[in-house]
Amino acid sequence: MDNQQKLIDAFTQALGIEANAVTDELTYNTIPQWDSTAHMVLVAELENTFDVMLDTDDIIDMSSVAQAKLILQKYDVNFGQ
Amino acid sequence: MFSYPPELFELPVYGVGRADKQAMLDKTLSELSEFHYAHCQAYKNLLDCNGFNPCHQAADAQQPVATKLFKDMALASVPDDEVFRQMRSSGTTGQASKIVLDADSAKRQSKVLVKILQAWLGKQRRPMLLIDSPATVKAAGAMTARAAGLQGLSFFGRDHCYALDENMQLDIPKVRAFFERYSQQPVLIFGFTFIVWQQFIQALKHSNLAFNCVDAILLHGGGWKKMQQQAVTDSLFKQSIKERLGNVSVHDYYGMVEQTGTIYVQCEHGYLHTPVWSDVLIRRPEDLSIADNGESGLIQVNSILPSSYPGHCLLTEDLGIIQGEDDCKCGRLGKYFNVLGRVPKAEVKGCSDTFA
Repeated sequence: MDNQQKLIDAFTQALGIEANAVTDELTYNTIPQWDSTAHMVLVAELENTFDVMLDTDDIIDMSSVAQAKLILQKYDVNFGQ
Repeated sequence: MFSYPPELFELPVYGVGRADKQAMLDKTLSELSEFHYAHCQAYKNLLDCNGFNPCHQAADAQQPVATKLFKDMALASVPDDEVFRQMRSSGTTGQASKIVLDADSAKRQSKVLVKILQAWLGKQRRPMLLIDSPATVKAAGAMTARAAGLQGLSFFGRDHCYALDENMQLDIPKVRAFFERYSQQPVLIFGFTFIVWQQFIQALKHSNLAFNCVDAILLHGGGWKKMQQQAVTDSLFKQSIKERLGNVSVHDYYGMVEQTGTIYVQCEHGYLHTPVWSDVLIRRPEDLSIADNGESGLIQVNSILPSSYPGHCLLTEDLGIIQGEDDCKCGRLGKYFNVLGRVPKAEVKGCSDTFA
């Protein structure tokens, strides 16, 4: 499975939303499913999926799906464009 | 909408000396007063009836609002359709405070809280033990101060474990599993002071349980009222923690729902420290004049964060004492102080009459 698909799976799992809702534009706190509680579940899911350890700056900066990709790229998780 | 210079939030948390810090606070707090004066009718009425002009005043000349006022009224400087979240205090006695946040203020609060805590905990998240029940954060409706604290602090942890069950009783299997797995690495423990004492430390003692952490940080807050009733001092608290959990660095913090995002963390010498974005003033209860360092009185907290409600200068019902500024032995700049407890009821009424 490629990283893009893994990312979508992590978001759908953690937030309980449909895969087609996981677009780059999807933003923290704009849908009821992505609140601060779900955010921590999402962080744990992304850490497990990609085997990375995110720091507190990453968690605060991870305000959209697009941002999540940028942050994961810092940890050598690549999303082929 | 109130706008901040972006570089304001890049300042070092405890690294700006008095002259620069006070100049920044004078300017920003004065702008906030003008903003709230223009956007919150109740705040305007309050200032007008005291004949106060909010423009270009030094921080210590700004008119503080009594925290009690947030219990009586919903004070907002943003229109209803921009309200993103309403916070309320736990309200153990009497009415709860209601604080309205727009999306930007909520985000700014989280950012600043993270900056302050990174200065104490580092950026790496530690396995985290929360001394509370998972039910506390699941409660429906507006967020309580306790739930907000637990959620806000969760950002600093990983593999979160709640130490108490749904009935607020020690969950021994979970706590044991947590320490078996993590006691030999850095961990973070968080909880409210009295709950940590009563439901956790006393319960561990009662069950004759102890663990040996090599590098734990306990962050606790929420006040000492019930602790004082049981004659539990800060040093007894710290000693009991170490007896039960080993090498734990214990930090009290002071903060309130009316200024969420700002917390004052206790250093290794036992003093609470003001971060660059906030300040503490002490006022004499009899005439509300500014007290000297070393003199106890009512605590006023100033913060540049509140932009959606007029809570940037707040007179609390707590008593405290400023010990000094920029010269704590721990090396952090800013004022450092201690909280002495709550004001007796009669005096509180006196000051809120004057201010509200």
